[in-house]
Amino acid sequence: MISVENVSKSFVLHNQGAARIPVMAEASLSVAPGECVALVGASGAGKSTLMRMIYGNYLTGAGRILVGGTDVAAAAPREIIRLRRHTLGYVSQFLRVVPRVPTREVVAEPLLATGSARDAALARAEALLARLNIPERLWSLSPTTFSGGEQQRVNIARGFAHPYPALLLDEPTASLDPLNRATVLAMIGEAKARGAAIVGIFHDAEAREAICDREVDVTTFTPGAAA
Amino acid sequence: MMELAMDAAIGATAGTTPLLRVEGVTKRYGARIGCADVSFDLWPGEVMGIVGESGSGKSTLLNCLAGHVPPDSGAVLFDTRDGGLRDTLTMRESERRMLSRTDWAFVHQHARDGLRMNVSAGGNVGERLMAVNARHYGRIRAKATDWLGRVEIAADRIDDRPTAFSGGMQQRLQIARNLVTGPRLVFMDEPTGGLDVSVQARLLDLLRGLVREMGLSAIIVTHDLAVVRLLADRLMVMKDGHVVESGLTDQVLDDPQHAYTQLLVSSVLQV
Amino acid sequence: MNEYNFAYLDEQTKRMIRRAILKALAIPGYQVPFASREMPMPYGWGTGGVQVSAAVLVPEDTLKVIDQGADDTTNAVSIRRFFERTAGVAVTEATAEASVIQTRHRIPEAPLRADQILVYQVPIPEPLRFLEPSEVETRKMHALEDYGLMHVKLYEDISRHGAISTSYAYPVKVEGRYVMDPSPIPKFDNPKLEMAAIQLFGAGREQRIYAIPPHTRVVSLDFEDHPFEASKADHACGLCGATDSYLDELIVDDEGGRMFLCSDTDYCAGRRRAGHAGAEAAPFEEDAA
Repeated sequence: MISVENVSKSFVLHNQGAARIPVMAEASLSVAPGECVALVGASGAGKSTLMRMIYGNYLTGAGRILVGGTDVAAAAPREIIRLRRHTLGYVSQFLRVVPRVPTREVVAEPLLATGSARDAALARAEALLARLNIPERLWSLSPTTFSGGEQQRVNIARGFAHPYPALLLDEPTASLDPLNRATVLAMIGEAKARGAAIVGIFHDAEAREAICDREVDVTTFTPGAAA
Repeated sequence: MMELAMDAAIGATAGTTPLLRVEGVTKRYGARIGCADVSFDLWPGEVMGIVGESGSGKSTLLNCLAGHVPPDSGAVLFDTRDGGLRDTLTMRESERRMLSRTDWAFVHQHARDGLRMNVSAGGNVGERLMAVNARHYGRIRAKATDWLGRVEIAADRIDDRPTAFSGGMQQRLQIARNLVTGPRLVFMDEPTGGLDVSVQARLLDLLRGLVREMGLSAIIVTHDLAVVRLLADRLMVMKDGHVVESGLTDQVLDDPQHAYTQLLVSSVLQV
Repeated sequence: MNEYNFAYLDEQTKRMIRRAILKALAIPGYQVPFASREMPMPYGWGTGGVQVSAAVLVPEDTLKVIDQGADDTTNAVSIRRFFERTAGVAVTEATAEASVIQTRHRIPEAPLRADQILVYQVPIPEPLRFLEPSEVETRKMHALEDYGLMHVKLYEDISRHGAISTSYAYPVKVEGRYVMDPSPIPKFDNPKLEMAAIQLFGAGREQRIYAIPPHTRVVSLDFEDHPFEASKADHACGLCGATDSYLDELIVDDEGGRMFLCSDTDYCAGRRRAGHAGAEAAPFEEDAA
């Protein structure tokens, strides 16, 4: 489902003397449907960079990144937009939403975007919010004023609203209490069971143990390391 | 910061014909370049941002695309309802006007450029309907009332002139006036420029909702990166009349490739 | 007679105006620019109408001039005298006897015939002017039939007054094409714009001539749910008792007493000659007319 092939990446900082900083070389990785792969490695080793490249947020210098048959490294913006809507989900650590949009709508958005009926989308959003213990009185408020943990859970509800065949999870269990952490892990398990291919970053070793099928150490992709 | 762009992308749909195809549009003012050799496709439901500093040619380009200024060379093809892709620059002016009051809309930076200040709010919204032969007062008024509501203007202000409105209200009125005929393509020139920050946020949220709800395609010219982050699926960065970089909005902003874009992105104050 | 060229204007000027008139007749409702001349009367006194009349008059014509329907007001009298002096044509106050009628702000009540010409004095020929100040833009709007704005004006009327309150210079669409200002005639007269006579409109200061050929379709703009209505004061003429003519209101004393009487003085006199009398009429005397 997700296949990273000989991918490399460097940043060129034009405003700092055109410094060229290679950050990744010859990265390869493959994730099958129903599989969860954890990216590991020291901070700064390139875990987030690789995730962002898979999502199309960072450009890929060389190589291919196939997600459900689309080569993210070469796709037109329009194809990536379509891929993100239907196939590739992303749960980041921080929630960023437009002020004034109610939480219920924030969560239902990915479903509405793929053509779900409004009632069904909102019902699904509410079920997810309830499961993640967001009090019902907050559903009609914008999540911008919520606590960090609440925002994190809204973010997860949103990321899991649509059954994406491929999922990128960036620290989904950080800043969660044990109860909610267990719920999130269960949701990841369910996504795997329905066949989602998942790539994640989990600093929480226990969670990683519980949910991931294998680990990929990104330090082996550090330029120079593999050579 | 990626989620916002993803949200904005929601309107985009798959299709085989672009809504707008721009080919080599060039406009010179004497020896000075307005915009040079700009080409791109805009697909149905897509929102494209054009950013750059003052004098970068972004407004010239927008005016060329919208038919306000004739470019020196190039083509601006629009997917017309009856004739498929047609060059709007070689179209008869009557056809182009028809487009501009049905399938196209233009939101000016200064609301007073896009409104009739001596005509009531209802008349302003109703004008486009009457221009396409709506001749039932009651229905025109009902539709104007509905649209005032959608842009959060109280129904009892329908007979007030825009001169009695605040800047934010005037801008929302201009948007209602433009969208009432259900256009497919909206050109926006600095739609939030000159408004207070709090008013800007409300307007952006409103625009975003309408773009999504109506499946609009839009081209938004702005110097404000936050605006494109919020509204645009794709981004074009202009400098000295040339497009120096383009791509997915969040990609261009988070992983800028061109020196100028890097400078632009790094110059934004973090809040 | 005198040293003036026939009807004051020189022959070249009259030819130029006639060409404009022919073009105007060929494109009903379209405003044809023409090189308006200085006339020996101020703008606003009908210099446009006078130039058109001068261009169409021939020595055999009989001229009638009315101002708001009346033959005996200053403006009507002086224009009539002007042509008597400069063209030596016969003049009349009887609508039926006139071959050319110059009018300010009215159409005579008696139906006009195919052998008559009605010449209007026009202050502002552009119906879109009050909404769109740019001449370049209004000409473009006419060319492209971009007339939404005209209905905006009527919309504003209804929203402010509950009904279309425009009561004179009520805009019309001519032959399904051009929107035209019929000059400041009361909207009561609008239905009469479809007539057998030739109608010519002259605006001196604005240098425009336009026309409605005989039997041309002239439709007053309106809304489906607020249809056009040719209204008049709901009274009968105090002098002749007519209920079908346009009425002027006249204050007759210091106690707010008033009476209504025909604005078309020839029509009123004709009815009184025929024996009709209104509620406030003194017995008709033959020499009063």
